Amino acid sequence: MNAADRAVQRPPDAKLLFVDACGRLAHAPRSAFLDFLRPGDLVVANDAATLPASLRGLHGRTGAPVEVRLAGRPSLKPEDVTRFSAVLFGEGDFRTRTEDRPAPPQLEGGDRLVLGPLRATVERTLGHARLVSLRFDGTPDEVWAGIARHGRPIQYAHLREPLALWDVWTKIAGPPVAFEPPSAGFTLDWRALSSMRARGVEFETITHAAGISSTGDEALDRLLPFDEPYRIPFATARAVERAKARGGRVVAVGTTVVRALEHAASVHGRVRAGDGVATQRLGPESRLRVVDAILSGTHEAGTSHYELLRAFLDDDTLRRSTAELDARGYLTHEFGDSVLIERSLVRNN
Amino acid sequence: MSNSSDFSSRTGGGTNPFGGLRVAVTGGTSGLGLALVREFLSRGARVAFVARTRERVERVARENAGAHGIAGDVSSKEDIYPVALQITGELGGLDVLVNNASDLGPLPLAMLSDTECEDLERAFATNVIGPFRLTKALMGALAASAREGLGAVVLNISSDAAVNAYPGWGAYGASKAALQHLSRIWGEEHAADHIRFLSLDPGDMDTPMHAAALPDADPLTLKRPEEAARELADAVAAALPVRELEGALS
Repeated sequence: MNAADRAVQRPPDAKLLFVDACGRLAHAPRSAFLDFLRPGDLVVANDAATLPASLRGLHGRTGAPVEVRLAGRPSLKPEDVTRFSAVLFGEGDFRTRTEDRPAPPQLEGGDRLVLGPLRATVERTLGHARLVSLRFDGTPDEVWAGIARHGRPIQYAHLREPLALWDVWTKIAGPPVAFEPPSAGFTLDWRALSSMRARGVEFETITHAAGISSTGDEALDRLLPFDEPYRIPFATARAVERAKARGGRVVAVGTTVVRALEHAASVHGRVRAGDGVATQRLGPESRLRVVDAILSGTHEAGTSHYELLRAFLDDDTLRRSTAELDARGYLTHEFGDSVLIERSLVRNN
Repeated sequence: MSNSSDFSSRTGGGTNPFGGLRVAVTGGTSGLGLALVREFLSRGARVAFVARTRERVERVARENAGAHGIAGDVSSKEDIYPVALQITGELGGLDVLVNNASDLGPLPLAMLSDTECEDLERAFATNVIGPFRLTKALMGALAASAREGLGAVVLNISSDAAVNAYPGWGAYGASKAALQHLSRIWGEEHAADHIRFLSLDPGDMDTPMHAAALPDADPLTLKRPEEAARELADAVAAALPVRELEGALS
């Protein structure tokens, strides 16, 4: 599949492949997404706003230019912003594919980084030479201000123009805790939410710190997704109960919603409200307890997102779907086309 | 439920509608804005405020314990997202947004036909486009709060000049009229999301802005900004859902 190369959240010609619970495929304009919903369904989206998680600066010990991409934090608490996990890149910008970017200098515990107004210390590496635990100097408000002023959204080589923050915030964006955009949510706007209400479809959100999707380094990418903190409001947990009770479907907008809801239900079988950290990887062996359908971007085999789709349908149907996406010229990546996949009856019987 | 302060505190505030409420005020270092920051803090809210001058922001943050100061210019497109990010980042979400920062247009006040286009543009940038951009960027956070039953209020500071045609107040009056109409339409469009939009006139107050507009006015005849802030906070409280009911439901 080709990558969508323009940062348009709702291109008028966006496509949607619908895969129903029996493995039947149908094509539609994505603007008709709501026509696949039924009264009584519950749509759940990730309301995380996206951090400008790319910070440029210098590695103190060598003076070498580096790009730091923030990649994870321990919790969603507002004051919990002094320590992050982060991936470092050497010199260069988004016009070079991450695969081709030079490595950063060798990183050691105690190394200092100067990132615009921010100062940080490398605490240690985390199982890979470029993945580190960072601690910022200063108060939480100073760190927030530094990131807000100096940070830029993580950029993609397949886009023609650099991304601004307004390109990567969904219409429903709330707390700025995602490291890359929860891009399935680009589909939604306020008119769509209003139409859902008119059709008897409920809408709720969770907040999930969507991590980085790819680093261009195979060994690092095998570690993805990193642990991701999330929060499930009481209202959302209650809405899931209501939807289940009336036989409505729970439709997740994006892989992060699946990860959060299924993690929150992993202990008691029902979605627990509150804070958690999603540590699980979803794949063909996973049993979905909550989510009945997923609206997602198109994903290519081998990615963690693709693996997650294997929890929804059997490999044969997934292969047929991917072949259809290729044949019909669907676009991939953040601003690409979409799939709406119902959990297969076969997979879960 | 976890013990994270930003979440549980909003539902554990007893009958005080402001207990743990997350409030943002623009133009928060002087006049009505500063009075609002202090009023909301005194009622137990968690407050972030925005103003242009970093030194004043830092001073007000130092002098008002618990207030989160954010340096930014709401009339600047480039500043809006960094400001919105700091508001929701530092407060962990948002329940109340007060668009208070205002620009008078030409100083001294001038007849419209004598008003420089740049002065009119600056008044609209601060009084209309800025609140539009900031509210839009924060709408997701406000809607999330409303869905959780915590309530969501946008208070746009208006003026009698938004309604009456006062000679000499053209740039300010026309821009405040536009803001008032924006509030009304937003209110209609987001009624079903339970986001309330208030457009309120605090009255003629003894503030630096009033002194700039009418230097000869006798301060003793003017309202204290603290009094206006109390009235506005009461109006915000009245627009929030009843807290005991939420407690009973959850």
